[in-house]
Amino acid sequence: MRAVGIILAGGNSHKMRELTQRRAIAAMPVAGSYRAIDFALSNMSNSHIQKVAVLTQYNARSLNEHLNSSKWWDFGRKQGGLYVFTPTITADNGYWYRGTADAIYQNLDFLRRCHEPYVIITSGDAVYKMDYNKILEYHIEKKADVTVVCKRLDDNEDASRFGTLKLDETMRIEDFEEKPMLATSNMISTGIYVIRRRLLIDLIEHCAEEERHDFVTDILIRYKNLKRMYGYEIKDYWSNISTVAAYYRTNMDFLDPKVRNYFFKEHPEIYSKVSDLPPAKYNPGAVVKNSLVASGSIVNGTVENSILFKKTFVGNNCVIKNSIILNDVYLGDNTYIENCIVESRDTIRAKTRHVGENGVKVIVEKNERYAL
Amino acid sequence: MRKKEMIAMLLAGGQGSRLGVLTAKVAKPAVAFGGKYRIIDFPLSNCINSGIDTVGVLTQYQPLRLNTHIGIGIPWDLDRNFGGVTILPPYEKSDNSEWYTGTANAIYQNLDYMETFHPEYVLILSGDHIYKMDYEVMLDYHKENQADVTIAAMPVPKEEASRFGIVVTDREGKISEFQEKPPEPKSNLASMGIYIFSWKVLKEALIALEHVPGCDFGKHIIPYCHDRGQRLFAYEYNGYWKDVGTLGSYWEANMELIDIIPEFNLYEEYWKIYTNSGILPPQYISGQAVVDRSIVGNGTEIYGEVHNSVIGSGVTIGNGTVVRDSIIMKDVTIGDGCVIDKSIIAENCEIGTNVTFGIGSSVPNKMKPAIYSFGLVTVGENSVVPAGVQVGKNTAISGVTVREDYPNGVLESGETLIKAGGRV
Repeated sequence: MRAVGIILAGGNSHKMRELTQRRAIAAMPVAGSYRAIDFALSNMSNSHIQKVAVLTQYNARSLNEHLNSSKWWDFGRKQGGLYVFTPTITADNGYWYRGTADAIYQNLDFLRRCHEPYVIITSGDAVYKMDYNKILEYHIEKKADVTVVCKRLDDNEDASRFGTLKLDETMRIEDFEEKPMLATSNMISTGIYVIRRRLLIDLIEHCAEEERHDFVTDILIRYKNLKRMYGYEIKDYWSNISTVAAYYRTNMDFLDPKVRNYFFKEHPEIYSKVSDLPPAKYNPGAVVKNSLVASGSIVNGTVENSILFKKTFVGNNCVIKNSIILNDVYLGDNTYIENCIVESRDTIRAKTRHVGENGVKVIVEKNERYAL
Repeated sequence: MRKKEMIAMLLAGGQGSRLGVLTAKVAKPAVAFGGKYRIIDFPLSNCINSGIDTVGVLTQYQPLRLNTHIGIGIPWDLDRNFGGVTILPPYEKSDNSEWYTGTANAIYQNLDYMETFHPEYVLILSGDHIYKMDYEVMLDYHKENQADVTIAAMPVPKEEASRFGIVVTDREGKISEFQEKPPEPKSNLASMGIYIFSWKVLKEALIALEHVPGCDFGKHIIPYCHDRGQRLFAYEYNGYWKDVGTLGSYWEANMELIDIIPEFNLYEEYWKIYTNSGILPPQYISGQAVVDRSIVGNGTEIYGEVHNSVIGSGVTIGNGTVVRDSIIMKDVTIGDGCVIDKSIIAENCEIGTNVTFGIGSSVPNKMKPAIYSFGLVTVGENSVVPAGVQVGKNTAISGVTVREDYPNGVLESGETLIKAGGRV
């Protein structure tokens, strides 16, 4: 194989509000049955990349639980495998990961001991499908030092939470700004990069010597005029989930048959950890319209334009509209939920009402569960 | 010496011919059940939940689906360094070669396999029943009684007892008599085909009866042990246990899962049933769809109406289609505007638009009245049914059918339509 993979899954974002108190963004449940990192991991596996490192540090319990076996993504081979690297104290380092470049630096031995000539770096918080071999071909063809996968946002979307790029007609990167106050380009970096392994090691070592720690600002932006950096535009679906609004919209996108077919039916498939739940059950009184329902759920009430994640229990006469109910939530009888995201393992008391008035409301309840 | 206290031998070689076209190309243990499972998932899950991590699965009839389903046993945590699941088909030997001629003969041919684990006890199971049982409790009972053989048995209604192997016991559960399908049963305790043998006893009996043609546990081994005065005990079981040997009982057992609190509850936390299900995505219920009193598998898309049915994974049910009282297995596509009443549609079938299943009166099936009854329409796997046709009750369809196969567009009640080919 020609490349090893690195998935940057360390992050947390205050823009996710209450949702990342319990887990890293990469471990967020997505599309009913998956976790965000499943997309990056499945892409790696489907691109025949056999050696993948996941770098994580923020509240990794949930992520570690999800990655407790690598067999669901078809890693776990004698050749290669899945490595989860959290910061450790060593003889010459006592820090947490101080940035993405530092995270790679602290695990540089992993890269040094590989023999594959290239490295694919991606983030763990985006929903997309990609054959990394195609970018690798492109990278070689362009004789690039770094290839940055980029995406043109629609005009109504806010580019200022991303890195923005300006490309010339040969797709060479002319300008690169990280989270600009005012975005002057709607071409954004997806955080997916291809780079030669030896070059990455050199750049990371150099960066560390200068006490710099961020891959984007301290490597990509600093070296943009010195190295040959190219953009590769992804035309297919790509969505980053790291704000509450984006997370909500990305999930709701799966109600669109085009998006659903692209991820659920077209080859190659997205893998995830199997949870051994029974089929979803619809009891008398269930009225479900335009919704996704994951396995293990039991529905007794009304569900419209919503996504029920695994093991949701919907009580009698409940009404759920335009909402996302995360894993293992129990909704008591006669509850009304509209425009909400209900945090996983919550128990919503009977006869309660939750409505997101201005945008999406995140519900985190810690009620005791007596039922069942 | 590495050893296992108890290993399980799971008999999964039978055809289950009373399931008609459902088992034309797969062994009965591999037939789908309950939306996402296969019948063999129940004994296999019982094994791992009971702490038995060494299971030999004896296959013979059409084993491909079973082999791919079981693989190396990952879904049941039966991928082990020592033990785990092993598929045991019949094999050629230096002096003779024979198929498995009977249940006990199949076990006899795998003495070497069992010997590898130096077991103290061997659990014999069959792969065609739906139940949850803790075999460890049964083993405790076996040890407590210092039994040589323990037979799991359950009370059945007196009038049905003559269909089963019946055990007659004393007050302590010790078996005094064994009757195979007796015209006048002396008790109502029916053998469930689940046995725990002390290894030495089993080995001795298998070798002693090695030349008995079609050597069978119920007919030969158990009577042999009994005649030699060994200690046989009945382990009474009072939970849910269902033999899904006929289309009627198979259909009923599936329908029972839909009840609000089903007697056989798949939603319990502490005794999970595991399966190898490749399909992960959630199901989609469209804006026009109506779904109630049903269970539905992963990745299924419902655009029509589904009432009182068991729907597998990866199924598509078209706009305006109404499915009622039916079992639809994995990867079936049903077109728009169909009416599907009381049908069993096996895996990967394609039903065209405006097809109606289950019309007319309940005329007995002309070819196999004993199999295709209960008023069901049964469609074998990979079949294709063309648009616009109507199908009566007690019918069976298999293969790629075209409109010309249906006189005036109708397959009358009681007819059977078997064609070649299959949907890829």
